[in-house]
Amino acid sequence: MVEKHVTQYQTVHFNLNGRDVERTVDVRASLTDMLRNDFRMTSVKKGCEVGECGACNVLIDGEAFNSCIYLAVWAEGKHIRTLEGLLGPNGELSDIQQAFVDEAAIQCGFCTPGFILTAVEILESGKEYSDDQLRKLLSGHLCRCTGYENILRAVKKTMYRRLGKELPNHE
Amino acid sequence: MYDMKALYQASSVQDAVALRLAHPDAQIIAGGSDVLVQMREGKRAGAELISIYGLDELRGIKLEEDGTLRIGSLTSFSHITRDPLIQQYVNVLGEAVDQVGGPQIRNIGTIGGNTCNGVTSADSASTLFAYDAVIELTGPEGVRRLPIQEFYIRAGKVDIRAGEIQTGILIPRESYENTFGHYIKYAMRNAMDIATLGTSVNVRLSADKKTVERARVAFGVAGPIPMRAATAERTAAGQPVSLELAEAFSAAVREDINPRDSWRAARDFRMHIAVESAKRAFIESVRLAGGEL
Repeated sequence: MVEKHVTQYQTVHFNLNGRDVERTVDVRASLTDMLRNDFRMTSVKKGCEVGECGACNVLIDGEAFNSCIYLAVWAEGKHIRTLEGLLGPNGELSDIQQAFVDEAAIQCGFCTPGFILTAVEILESGKEYSDDQLRKLLSGHLCRCTGYENILRAVKKTMYRRLGKELPNHE
Repeated sequence: MYDMKALYQASSVQDAVALRLAHPDAQIIAGGSDVLVQMREGKRAGAELISIYGLDELRGIKLEEDGTLRIGSLTSFSHITRDPLIQQYVNVLGEAVDQVGGPQIRNIGTIGGNTCNGVTSADSASTLFAYDAVIELTGPEGVRRLPIQEFYIRAGKVDIRAGEIQTGILIPRESYENTFGHYIKYAMRNAMDIATLGTSVNVRLSADKKTVERARVAFGVAGPIPMRAATAERTAAGQPVSLELAEAFSAAVREDINPRDSWRAARDFRMHIAVESAKRAFIESVRLAGGEL
């Protein structure tokens, strides 16, 4: 016997990368589903889908969240940023994106958008972190290619550059 | 898409209570870092959900007039760690919840969800046990408060009755005043792992810092639910601060706990790390309190 399912929809209003938007979504959708399918924000990757790998990470009101375990309807009234929001008006890369390129912190690229958005949260705090603190702050992301060192270096270099300080030269 | 039958979003605590009564089989969802993962695994397939995530009145930490520290049930782990009141009065709680999962999990995970799951490995639970926290539930008859020890019934089962939701966690002043604590999470990885054993100790020293007035220790994963180690606490109470006391205190833990064999660790190994963690956490707590040993 198949129980009849009535699909439940809800209209969600939020700000996506600086633009006010609204969409009527199936309440069963995750934020990843909505960002990818309704807004073509394909930087938001579907990885593990259980909140372990960090590939779907986005910034919600300035904090990093795995969008795969976040209901789309919870976006109501929130400010959401994805990697697409970091680009300049003519598609220029931001400093942290350029640092990932320069430091070869990207190989297959699947984890990169998630890592970069966590890096943005770290950088926008305006604080100076030690290597151990940075490793902990970046620990919610899995990368199977780089071995993490180049990612750490990209974030660290950008942190010092934004703080207007010299990179300590004991590397 | 999550495999859910229906979603009910509460607009207030009273609305949540009404939704609970109207849909008694529905699962409450706070941050969802357990519930949504379980749905993905098919464990709650086809469930109805009552979302309380939007209830901002259940977020934040404040000091009540009698000095009770109130933590709103939906306060996220990262907000607890950053909170100035927590840092001042129960720093060990901020330290403990800073070891849950990874950064994104600590932004979504709530202390209410962590305790309502009823799991022994919850990183917040041992510290809340060690501070005699009081769980506040709001239901159709109003507010009910009970000690966290009574809130946990058995593994995965807590005392939430029909129509109720957890609205706050209270730490009485008598419990946290003048105490200093330390939490040790033993796990295979530093991030994104569940505790093999969690140990939370706090101590209160005499004015001259020479005597332990009160010591408390609680464990996660030393039994089916988080637990205190009463024999160890009695061993330390009123005794002069010394390394020998740290040894005696931690050895006494064996009398109180009953860890199990699991794929994560054997019973004997858990026993070993319980004693060692209790000793290290005791020494660190005494140091934080200004004692010398």
